[in-house]
Amino acid sequence: MSLPEKSFLPSATMARRLSLAVLLAALLLPALASAQLRIEIVDGVEGAMPIAVVPFAWDSDMPEPATSVSEIVSANLHRSGLFDPMDEEQMIDRPTRPTEVGFGTWRLLKVDHLVIGRVTDAADGVGYEIEYHLLDVHTGRILMSQALPVGPGDLRFGAHRVTDAVYERLIGTPGAFATRIAYVVVTDRDGDDELFELVIADADGHNPQTIVRNTQPILSPAWSPDGRKLAYVSFATGRSNVIVQDLYTGQNRTVSSDRGINGAPAFSPDGRKLAVSLSRGGSPDIWVIDLDNDDQREQLTRHWTINTEPAWAPESGRIFFTSDRAGRPQIYSMRSDGSDVQRETQEGRYNARPSFGLDDRHMAVVWSDGNNDFRIAIHDREAERLRVLSDGRLDESPSFAPNGSMVLYATRENGRGVLAAVSADGRVRQRLVLSEGDVREPAWSPIIR
Amino acid sequence: MKTALRFTALVMLAAILAACAREVVEEPTPPEPPEPTERPPVETDRVDPRDFSDARNLDNPDSLLSQRVIYFEFDRSNVRSEFRPIVEAHAEYLRANSSARVILEGHTDERGSREYNLGLGERRGNAVEELLRAGGVSSRQIEVVSYGEERPVCRESNEDCWERNRRTEIVYTAR
Repeated sequence: MSLPEKSFLPSATMARRLSLAVLLAALLLPALASAQLRIEIVDGVEGAMPIAVVPFAWDSDMPEPATSVSEIVSANLHRSGLFDPMDEEQMIDRPTRPTEVGFGTWRLLKVDHLVIGRVTDAADGVGYEIEYHLLDVHTGRILMSQALPVGPGDLRFGAHRVTDAVYERLIGTPGAFATRIAYVVVTDRDGDDELFELVIADADGHNPQTIVRNTQPILSPAWSPDGRKLAYVSFATGRSNVIVQDLYTGQNRTVSSDRGINGAPAFSPDGRKLAVSLSRGGSPDIWVIDLDNDDQREQLTRHWTINTEPAWAPESGRIFFTSDRAGRPQIYSMRSDGSDVQRETQEGRYNARPSFGLDDRHMAVVWSDGNNDFRIAIHDREAERLRVLSDGRLDESPSFAPNGSMVLYATRENGRGVLAAVSADGRVRQRLVLSEGDVREPAWSPIIR
Repeated sequence: MKTALRFTALVMLAAILAACAREVVEEPTPPEPPEPTERPPVETDRVDPRDFSDARNLDNPDSLLSQRVIYFEFDRSNVRSEFRPIVEAHAEYLRANSSARVILEGHTDERGSREYNLGLGERRGNAVEELLRAGGVSSRQIEVVSYGEERPVCRESNEDCWERNRRTEIVYTAR
């Protein structure tokens, strides 16, 4: 039996086919977009700070969302591994204003700090205002009081900002809760038709949105410093291309599609340039593309070996990269004009994919001492010390949180790709798991203002 | 009648699925990969398997031309001596058939960082390209594309799989 020609289908069937397709697509898309990472604490710190985030009063005409602001703040603090938030059921008192707090009660409950507050409609009628207070239970003092305006759909993000402020006041470094993460999900591993999806989600895994889908590989997402754009590598044409996509408009643009490899994009700290690795000259070299100037490009390395994975150091603006010019992959650095090349790593047979957080001092890498295991390590460049942070066999793609507190990376668990995060001191561990599919290539966004 | 109905339903389903696939994929679909060797069986008894200029030998399991995967050692990109005769056979074919074109797809195992592996995969493609060029093949007939570790043929994390994934595939886009 041979298949009929396409014209065999009458036009009514065509119309039905189209409407069915639209319907099916509408059914499929939310399902694909709603697979959400679940973040679990594997290890927290010994003696995490006891804190109580009391349910905030809801003083708005709008219906209260299923997950309240205080629950989000509490879950965030717990996930950081540095706090031990009290269960809501154990709270025998529910103050929402500082004048209502009986500190003696909370001292008895052995809580060090208290977060209380209320959500009201914004004065101008658009969105909400989160008013909150951080109190020291032992001294009875108010450590912080703020009123935070948030847009109508931004209550979750508002809760993350509240957590950032509480975290900074108590820990001393900025929080990284009001941030996003990007990652690649690969599904249908058994068949040949794998689906690659580039997803962005809030840092707590909520609100995942697929921004690109393809049956060809997608890798190496990199955030612009304003958090508005993602650069990534796509094989959609059958060859590697570097794409820059605007996350607000959805528009994307191919910024490099030369012969050979077009890979490893990294935005400069001012967001105007994109460092990439191109092999148009026969082997991968680091180039810089001037995004504000007709994508003019400048070659920074000229070496017949592999030169890739550029990363801009946040303080000096030097470009760090992976090269096997000495035989095996190691990290090198250079000025942003390509001069003054220095070797940066000595310890270990394999050092690759550098990533920075707040400072130039701490650099996360993929590290191996030459056996079959690849792990995530941080080089303390001042103390010249190496700290191996992960214990997997195939760990890769480290990405520092923008506050330098944690490193997000890809690992494997029971034959599946999952994400994990570890604090820079190694004490706090989280795993980020998706119900199905392979997760890889995480990239932590800058702090989104 | 029943069969006809079922057939129509199948056609519709296929059409819907095809339309859906287009709805879901937001980027242009890549050009169709060249067909694997699914051609009518060749009458091999009349072909000399050592005649590497004869296109029929590309599908002749007795001929070296039917072998199109070169394997590599970990973190290495030199073509081992046991694979050289395969590459040389393809060099002879490409030399004799100037309209034939190949893509050399370089691949690595999953170990180490992905972007470095793109470089390593390209190096493996280049190693085969150099041998073909040394065999007199025009550079216009060859393109190297590295997929790094993104397109494994074997998905388990063990040495057997890694060995099978460290490869360059010679893919004919024109014969």
